[in-house]
Amino acid sequence: MSDNSAYWKANVSLLIKCLVVWFLVSYVCGIALVEQLNQIRLGGFKLGFWFAQQGSIYFFLIIIFYYAKRMAEIDREHGVNE
Amino acid sequence: MSSQQMWTYAIVGATFLLYIVIALRSRAGSTSEFYVAGGGVNPVANGMATAADWMSAASFISMAGLVAFSYKGYGGSVFLMGWTGGYVLLALMLAPYLRKFGKFTVPEFIGDRYYSNTARTVAVVCLLVASLTYVIGQMTGVGVAFSRFLGVSNEMGVVIGMVIVFIYAVFGGMKGITYTQIAQYCVLIFAYTVPAIFISLKLTGVAFPQIGLGSTMADGSGMYLLDKLDQVVQELGFPIYSETPQLSHFNMFVYTLSLMIGTAGLPHVIVRFFTVPSVKDARTSAGWALVFIALLYTTAPAVGAMARLNVINTIYPTEISADAALEYEQRPQWFKNWEVTGLLKFEDKNGDGRMQYNADKETNELSINNDILVLANPEIAQLPEWVIALVAAGGLAAALSTAAGLLLAISSAVSHDLIKGVISPGISEQGELMAGKISMAAAICVAGYLGLNPPGFAAGTVALAFGLAASSIFPALMMGIFSKRVNQTGAILGMLSGLGVTLWYIFGHKGIMFVKGTSYFADSNWFLGLQPEAFGAIGALVNFAVAIVVSNMTAAPPKEIQDLVESVRVPKGAGAATGH
Repeated sequence: MSDNSAYWKANVSLLIKCLVVWFLVSYVCGIALVEQLNQIRLGGFKLGFWFAQQGSIYFFLIIIFYYAKRMAEIDREHGVNE
Repeated sequence: MSSQQMWTYAIVGATFLLYIVIALRSRAGSTSEFYVAGGGVNPVANGMATAADWMSAASFISMAGLVAFSYKGYGGSVFLMGWTGGYVLLALMLAPYLRKFGKFTVPEFIGDRYYSNTARTVAVVCLLVASLTYVIGQMTGVGVAFSRFLGVSNEMGVVIGMVIVFIYAVFGGMKGITYTQIAQYCVLIFAYTVPAIFISLKLTGVAFPQIGLGSTMADGSGMYLLDKLDQVVQELGFPIYSETPQLSHFNMFVYTLSLMIGTAGLPHVIVRFFTVPSVKDARTSAGWALVFIALLYTTAPAVGAMARLNVINTIYPTEISADAALEYEQRPQWFKNWEVTGLLKFEDKNGDGRMQYNADKETNELSINNDILVLANPEIAQLPEWVIALVAAGGLAAALSTAAGLLLAISSAVSHDLIKGVISPGISEQGELMAGKISMAAAICVAGYLGLNPPGFAAGTVALAFGLAASSIFPALMMGIFSKRVNQTGAILGMLSGLGVTLWYIFGHKGIMFVKGTSYFADSNWFLGLQPEAFGAIGALVNFAVAIVVSNMTAAPPKEIQDLVESVRVPKGAGAATGH
């Protein structure tokens, strides 16, 4: 079996970056800092409320597709693509 | 029969016919087709099927009200983030690797990775309990939808639902379920968004409810809709819609995390990603699933807020004061229609003939069920009768698609994990396929029976399903992929302790096996103020801790298991792994 440790390391490092964003948009912007963010308006939305009820979901989508795209590149770079 | 009922019969009948036609054209001829639709489903199509699989009758009918009424607006964000954020975990940490593993069921991975039939059996038990409790809710949902919209009895509704699912699930397996779920998604999302667009246009002049929620009112006041809503709910004594949390930050945090981990660990959702052709497709397909789910999950909070404002405006047509409340005699037709079902109740406490509605239990005269926001929405917005019929078809599609997915998870656990895996490994493929079909038929009968005679604990079951998935299945899968060191003993003890502590906490509040009067915690929300529904994440933490500590005290897994972990981490060769 060939050594795939460099590939796995690249995957885990991308994964951690994505999970940091996942945590920020939901737990931090939607819950922990919601009162502070609510001082800022986005049209009729208070920003913290927007993150909690819509924004976090949009960011989740961006995270998944970004991860899928980057992983496809990493797969190719390491020659492990299907 | 009223013309409304005729519309409903016609539209519901047409959708059922569609499901049956699809079923007849997609019969399963091999175990691979029965369990994973042959493994060749397009990632976008699978995303759509996953969305229907995941969004239940409760998502369709109750969620808008859960957010806007029960949790008073902002507090309901727990569910919106929790039930969508789990897909990030699924897409990044489970789906691609389990697809690479390339077999049929979730317990199968746990059994192989931890080289133990005991681990596999523990996983089967968790899966059966989680899926069976979940499916009871779908079956009762089918009965309720039938009785409310078509005027047939609850029991008759459950039986009709069983027959429909039987036709496509028994003969088509995952293949039949996949294509009907795609059709059901189209029906349910159309039925959900049409009334939502109408109500958004009416209130704000903006077609997209997601944007309408942040726009100004169309009544010429120039006021933002959310500001208006915040103002009127405060005048009625309710918490500020866009601000006031219902739980402490810590509780919201843990609750959201529990729902996310639970979502990612639900076996009937995970197996959908076994049906796509490659690892790469498993990653993007999870993204597509969330696209289709987000269409409903971003519409729901907007519908909830707008419908709540609409209801308040109906009751207080001119201004918010006790004397200006609508007279009961003048109540609109939709109010009369839904009063009959008991979802709306008026009790004239002060005898003035007017319907006072406010946050004070002593003087409030109106009780409004959560489900009314979605069910009566088309009538409140005075939409045509076919739209109302559509909502009935949409609710049924949501319930049937989720029930079918759960039933497949149940029947494949029985035929593939128990019969083929443990009891009779020598069974032929044709024999296993037959066993799968018989298990499916039996599972439908059990689910139907439980739907007709819901056990007393049915109300607490959502907490149970998510708690089990979060505390036992998710950690076992994740450690199986991300650690080479976690071994058989660690995984089994980890699953059992995660499960044990979660059940102990849920039963402590809700009674042993949900029997009233047997709860043993005197204080409500005993541990750090956490609700029992929010405890799955703590159970998961216990599972991780026990598994890691025990594994490090015992021997590392054998070389071939470490090689297995190496191989699931690498996409190359996914096609070969599915060879049967």
